[in-house]
Amino acid sequence: MSKAKYKVGERVRVMKAYPLGHVRTPYYIRGCVGEVERVCGAFPNPEELAQMRDGLPARPLYRVRFLQKDVWPDYRGSPGDVVEVEIFQHWLDPA
Amino acid sequence: MSDQGEYRPLTYFQLMEVSLRELLVEKGIVTDAQVDAEVEDMRRRGPERGAKVVARAWTDGAFKKRLLENGTRACEELGLEVPALKLVVVENTPGVHNVIVCTLCSCYPRMLLGLPPDWYKSRNYRSRMVREPRAVLAEFGLRIPDGVKIRVHDSTADMRYFVLPMRPAGTEGWSEERLATLVGRDSMIGVAVPKGPSD
Repeated sequence: MSKAKYKVGERVRVMKAYPLGHVRTPYYIRGCVGEVERVCGAFPNPEELAQMRDGLPARPLYRVRFLQKDVWPDYRGSPGDVVEVEIFQHWLDPA
Repeated sequence: MSDQGEYRPLTYFQLMEVSLRELLVEKGIVTDAQVDAEVEDMRRRGPERGAKVVARAWTDGAFKKRLLENGTRACEELGLEVPALKLVVVENTPGVHNVIVCTLCSCYPRMLLGLPPDWYKSRNYRSRMVREPRAVLAEFGLRIPDGVKIRVHDSTADMRYFVLPMRPAGTEGWSEERLATLVGRDSMIGVAVPKGPSD
C-alpha cells in the first residue's frame, strides 16, 4: 500500500491527462485545483482492476473539495457552493 | 424480466445478462436458486432502511456522532450490513445542503436506499447536478436560498454517500418510528427535504 502524500487542507491540482481505458477521474475536474477534504484510505487501482489485474499496491484515495466557481468559470450560484470528488493520489499534483 | 406486462424485445445488455447467467448456471458456477435469492435480497432493500438510520440519528446524539465519523460501522450497530464499500454520511445544516450524484455511472447507497430511481441514472441528472445544482434542485421543487451553500458529492470511486437531512420543526418528542415515516428516499439523496409534521 503506498503512503498518503497529502494532508487534509492541502491544495492539490488534478492532472490534466487523457489516458485510454477505465479511469475514475471525471473529465470535468481534470486540471482543477481544490483542497483535500479527507483521506479516504487506500484502494486497489481501478485502472488496473479494469484490466483484470489485482490493482495492487492499493492507492491512497482522497476526497477533494472544489469551489464551483473554480470548476465552471460561468457558474451561477453562491460563491461558497462546492463539489467534492474522490481522486486517487496518482492523479494529483501539489498546487 | 420486465414487470410491465407487455412484450418488448430484449436490449443488447439484457440479452448479454441472460446469456451470461445461463452459462454460469449451465457450468455449475451458480444455481438458479442462488441468483433468485440475490435478486430477492436486492428487492427487499429499500429506503426504509435509510429512514431508520436518519430517525435514530435525530433521536440519539451519540449515534449521530458515530454515524458521521464512520457511517459503515454505525449502520452495523443497527444490523445493516454495508459490505465492502465505505459509507460517508453528510449532514445538512441551516448553512449547508448536500446532494449526491455519480457522474461516471450510477453509484448509489443501495444498502440503505435499495435500487436507484431511473432519473438518478439519467444523463440529464448526472451531467447537470454538478454543473447547475440549484437549477436541478428547483426542478425537483426544492429551492435553496442563496445564503445556503450547496455541496455536491460526486461518488467517483470507493465511497458511497448518504445525506442526513435536518429534522423537521414541530416533531419534538416524536418516537423514532414516527420520525422515520417523514423521511423519504429523495431527502436522503438530497433532492428533497423530509415531510413536515402536518404534510
